Amino acid sequence: MSKVMTAEAAVARLSSGMTLGIGGWGSRRKPMALVRALLRSDVTDLTVVSYGGPDVGLLAAAGKIRKLVAAFATLDSIPLEPHVTAARQRGAFGLVELDEAMVMEGLTAAAHRLPFLPVRAGLGSDVMRVNPHLRTVTSPYEDGEELVAAPALRLDAALVHLNRADAHGNAQYLGPDPYFDDLFCQAADAAYVSCERIVDTADLLKAAAPQTLLVERPFVTGVVETPNGAHFTSCAPDHGRDEPFQRAYAQAARDPETWRSFSERFLSGDEGAYQAAVAAFHKSPGKEGAR
Amino acid sequence: MTVTRAEYCVIACAEAWRDAGEVLASPMGTVPSIGARLAKLTFAPGLLLTDGEASLTADVPAVGAQAGVVEGWLPYRRHLALVATGRRHVMMGASQIDRYGNQNISCIGDWARPERQLLGVRGAPVNTLNNPTSYWIPRHSTRVFVERVDMVCGVGYDRAAAAGPSATRHHHLAHVASDLGVFDFATPDRTMRLRSLHPGVTVEQVADATGFALTIPDAVPYTREPTPRELRLIREVIDPEGRRTREVPEP
Repeated sequence: MSKVMTAEAAVARLSSGMTLGIGGWGSRRKPMALVRALLRSDVTDLTVVSYGGPDVGLLAAAGKIRKLVAAFATLDSIPLEPHVTAARQRGAFGLVELDEAMVMEGLTAAAHRLPFLPVRAGLGSDVMRVNPHLRTVTSPYEDGEELVAAPALRLDAALVHLNRADAHGNAQYLGPDPYFDDLFCQAADAAYVSCERIVDTADLLKAAAPQTLLVERPFVTGVVETPNGAHFTSCAPDHGRDEPFQRAYAQAARDPETWRSFSERFLSGDEGAYQAAVAAFHKSPGKEGAR
Repeated sequence: MTVTRAEYCVIACAEAWRDAGEVLASPMGTVPSIGARLAKLTFAPGLLLTDGEASLTADVPAVGAQAGVVEGWLPYRRHLALVATGRRHVMMGASQIDRYGNQNISCIGDWARPERQLLGVRGAPVNTLNNPTSYWIPRHSTRVFVERVDMVCGVGYDRAAAAGPSATRHHHLAHVASDLGVFDFATPDRTMRLRSLHPGVTVEQVADATGFALTIPDAVPYTREPTPRELRLIREVIDPEGRRTREVPEP
């Protein structure tokens, strides 16, 4: 059974108010083509769970986030995500600020259909103060330890980007780090996997060993082929992070006027138009890329 | 050969990993990275280092250079799991730190509507409750060393004690290094103490740049001198481009 669909078709299955998990990490292997498709849709009022990067930044800039569940948002080579910092400073969305490990355990709990998992992280920190809904749990064994009950982060949908996938939803990472994309898919009621290239199932192991097969088909609803689809984040070994473009993005984000012209130039058309504008940017960066 | 302030800072950071054994050194920042590499090449050969991505690397390249020998795999999920094992000593930065070692990297001002949004808590809560944690502050000032941090990300001694035995069991703040000196929490109430001054720095200078009352012993030693071999390793092997002086300029 083929699950191949377009990015638009995947986004058409999402609705406003959903809790959406986004894979990758910071400015690494983010499903940016799916995020761009989301920007072109009228889906909004989202709760977003993410190891945040420019995915969260773009959605925040478009006013589509009601609540963010995250430990951070970063562009990696640029420490702070400018749209996220600006949105936070104007109180544009609610925040559930969790420790990195609490996010991992929350996704694991959701994937395992558990209400919570105990973690040490969070005790004594202001994560407990700013999240009054968090509870602790006491070990029933002799140690009697009191730990944080990291609540399950169950998702309505997950968006992830991998290097390869087959039409059935078996998906493969070829870079150094799987991040948490399998957990995002398992924690979600529906998961949409974009990939650099769709290949025949029989060809999946031509590139790498079986342990690179990160996501299994029962956890995947749709497969979208989006070459350069993680741009401008990294997607090793298919493409690195586009640092000049990321710098231009971050510079443009500092001011509403320059952001408008950046959006006009790169985000006003479809994915083909975006990729063409990026190619043109590298031929002649213009004032956004001047450095 | 005059030792620079940045080189004393490298020594101060390296000392955090003395006798650490076979644990992961997680330095954040240039000077801590040079310090961890120096420690591994001299008095802490068992240290594990990463390439900043998902590999554990066996050789010790210059900062900014690629390592040549991979000895292990440490993607984020395994890194977070390693933190829980305790086999790690992290040296984080701090936008704010208080006298009990509570650290903030999340935001400045009211959390609900911050004046300045920073990194977020990141892994500071899990780090401080699970493995030894030190801090590196390249510009010691009253803006960083504050009476109370705006958001407790890294847990200090008072907050860990108040949260109970599960919080204190593996909690250990080893030391704080700044461009002015080295600090620890070896006091009866676990508040910050001046442990050594970098040569050229005075006690008054440190007290003026600190926004709370430090414990200052009667006799404060100077941060130790690097050995000739250490100086050569810093200058010729680990940081030949002098990146350390970009983080800590000569006063």
